[in-house]
Amino acid sequence: MIADRINAATRRVPSWTLYILSPLPALWWLWQGLTGGLGVEPIKALEHALGEFALQLLVVGLCITPLRRFAGVNLLRFRRAVGLIAFFYVLLHLLVWLVLDVQIPAQIWADIVKRPYITVGMAGFALLIPLALTSNNLSVRRLGGLRWRQLHRLTYAAVLLGALHFVMLAKGFQIEPLAYLIAVLGLLALRLPALETMSRRRLRG
Amino acid sequence: LMGIAGGARAAEGDLEPNSWEEITSYNNYYEFGTGKDDPARYAERLTIAPWTVRIDGLVDRPGDYAFEDILSKMTLEERLYRFRCVEAWSMVVPWTGFELADLLELAGVQSSAKYVGFETVLNRDEMPGTAYRVLDWPYVEGLRLDEAMHPLTIMATGIYGKDIPKQNGAPLRLVVPWKYGFKSIKSVVRITLTDSEPPTSWNKANAREYGFYSNVNPEVSHPRWSQATERRIGGGLFAARQDTLPFNGYGDEVAGLYAGMDLSTYF
Repeated sequence: MIADRINAATRRVPSWTLYILSPLPALWWLWQGLTGGLGVEPIKALEHALGEFALQLLVVGLCITPLRRFAGVNLLRFRRAVGLIAFFYVLLHLLVWLVLDVQIPAQIWADIVKRPYITVGMAGFALLIPLALTSNNLSVRRLGGLRWRQLHRLTYAAVLLGALHFVMLAKGFQIEPLAYLIAVLGLLALRLPALETMSRRRLRG
Repeated sequence: LMGIAGGARAAEGDLEPNSWEEITSYNNYYEFGTGKDDPARYAERLTIAPWTVRIDGLVDRPGDYAFEDILSKMTLEERLYRFRCVEAWSMVVPWTGFELADLLELAGVQSSAKYVGFETVLNRDEMPGTAYRVLDWPYVEGLRLDEAMHPLTIMATGIYGKDIPKQNGAPLRLVVPWKYGFKSIKSVVRITLTDSEPPTSWNKANAREYGFYSNVNPEVSHPRWSQATERRIGGGLFAARQDTLPFNGYGDEVAGLYAGMDLSTYF
């Protein structure tokens, strides 16, 4: 079965390889931006590349549990790394927006308050902060498994806000941001209690 | 050669045109895709010869005007204009073109005409972006007649003295330098004189965000972003923002067109 093969192939991959590889896309885009590879408006291009990659990582993170539950593919060991790397890409996206794009501090605050798509994006980022801070074994022990899991359900809201942020900034009726939103909604629907009990019943068989 | 139209002011002393590469690689032409590089990638497919412009509505001599015939009757000149996109980036473009007023006079504007509507070519086989209903195709735009007749308003047929590239709106496009770029409709196939305000594509898509006038105005924000500043294309990763000028710096020439109008209502 494919699931078994994936499980076997990834079993010996330590999760720290993801952390080692994680800066490479950012460094590549930065290099491209400095040398003309991102076109004549590299600030927006860099901002969008970082933001979209962050959203992709968040979606990947949401896939991990359903993959195990419905397909038997176990990538749970990578979930923390995927989440933390996603957080750092959201942070880089935000920093490029603050420092390179908007530049003017007074306008930054005005934008956060006045522009709904920025408010939504910032809210998503704010929700990710406690999750990033508690993505370590010590925090899991201190909070206890149940409270930690409850706290980390904030992921669902954060990813939804991220996808919404993308939809809201598009000009005209654009397919790509809507595709992300639909994917996120689908992945969240898989968490609905009805589906969960169904899959448990199936596993008990 | 008129050179820099209305360019005696100090602010225009440092008006440096963007490079050919910048002007022709970073475009909004959604019929070819919503990415900034999509037009440069896909517009080459567009057939632009033969090309005719239908001029109809409230004119004395309605009909299909062949592009070559139009060119033979017009006086081409160079205009170095600031170009301000509604997305808060800008360029400076050395256009070649003729005044729209001359073309309209060729067709004979009737006294009952008050507005001018424009339409972009819609050739779905050659325009991959039109597979998606990002906008209600074909792209349409419009001006009030006095805006259309203003000497700053041109139909551009070239950039840097070369034929205008397809991604920039070949073979002829409108350029209204004091309005946001989307008003300057590309690859025009139809011009219609009317007595009522013609529909415009972005206004139809989102009336709250895009008004009929869409004059560059640093004081009226787009609902989703400020219009107070802009970024000149070409400054690289660390380009500073610069202040956006009312009417994109052409206020001396055009502010009079809007005397007595509340520009935050008629945005």
